[in-house]
Amino acid sequence: MIQFNNLSFGYSPKKLLYKNLTLEIQSGSIYGLLGKNGAGKSTLLKNMVGTLFPVEGSVMVNGMVPKTRKPSFLQTIYYIAEDVYVPALTIKQYKNLFAPFYPLFDSDNFYRYLTELEVSVDGKLNKLSFGQQKKFVIAFALACNTRVLLMDEPTNGLDIPSKSQFRKLIASVMNEDRIIFISTHQIRDLENMIDNVIIVDDGKLLLHASVADIADKVCFKTVSEIPAGVKVLYSEKMLRGTAVVMENIDGDDSGLNLEQLFNGVTENPAMAKQIFSTN
Amino acid sequence: MEFREKQAIYLQIAEYVCEQILLKQWPLEAKILSIRDLAVMMQVNPNTVQRAYDFLQQREIITNKRGVGYFVEGDAMARVIAFRKEQFLENELPVFLRSMYLLDIPVEEIEMRYKKFIDETFKEKKHED
Repeated sequence: MIQFNNLSFGYSPKKLLYKNLTLEIQSGSIYGLLGKNGAGKSTLLKNMVGTLFPVEGSVMVNGMVPKTRKPSFLQTIYYIAEDVYVPALTIKQYKNLFAPFYPLFDSDNFYRYLTELEVSVDGKLNKLSFGQQKKFVIAFALACNTRVLLMDEPTNGLDIPSKSQFRKLIASVMNEDRIIFISTHQIRDLENMIDNVIIVDDGKLLLHASVADIADKVCFKTVSEIPAGVKVLYSEKMLRGTAVVMENIDGDDSGLNLEQLFNGVTENPAMAKQIFSTN
Repeated sequence: MEFREKQAIYLQIAEYVCEQILLKQWPLEAKILSIRDLAVMMQVNPNTVQRAYDFLQQREIITNKRGVGYFVEGDAMARVIAFRKEQFLENELPVFLRSMYLLDIPVEEIEMRYKKFIDETFKEKKHED
């Protein structure tokens, strides 16, 4: 479990990005963190892994404080940055150097993931293309078997077959003790993987809900006329009519469109709050 | 007129399982794919497959033998058909009826085409059964 307790954070002490953020992240789920450019997504991830510290309040990851950066904490968490860095080492040298930091590292799985993502290298890792480097880091991170896995835009730079391989790998490594936390703009790449959605904007938490909860509170439809007398969070003209995200008054069980939900929640945060706070 | 853009994923998975049973790809009383294997195959969250399997269990279409896995119920077929029919009437038929109305296609024409379709597509197969 990851707990944010009244966390405030700012890159300058005068201008805070997050103010009094309180959020609880449960094990056994894949979280999707959505936000516009500059909304503070990466900042949130860095606070969890301990490369940035809260100005006030706290973050606790499975009962540990990231800021202290104890080895006992660091061996339980892996953070894949958006722009990965690999040194001038071969795969084997990299593994020999970094795998010992992760006691649950599984070497067989590591090579299996590399094969599945079609990463093959004879030479040094830094000679690889960006996409290949990224896939290498993903394979290494998954093989580390950490309880917490944070990923910042993991599908950026991945080619079309790799995105589908990536989803398969994530589905195969998920278990009830793990937290997989993914920050992304590429919602469609991961729409069916995410079971909890967090939307941040302007340093504020606009939405934190499970996919089941979202389907319960709102429905996604295409209509010829926008219905009157119900809360419509978002609407958009489409080929077949108007796509709407609206209050789910009929107990529909529709599939989610996270893109439309995101637009609705960021354009209409007050209405979203109303819809999601009712029981 | 309004229609759902798409179904909840867990229901799509439940339909997939039912389809496999109807097509006899997954025989009655046989063990079916584990939650993880189906999640990997479908590229979805394992929790979503869990939800689909819970749903199918409630409908007594599959059963969970602890520590062994999930199995198709021996008498699942009637309930599979009932579930698929419900889904069809609720989701697919309204779209079909709407087009029928807008394009002014008489029921008789549909009936004729329906018979022809069944003749061409299923006749031989039905004789084999």
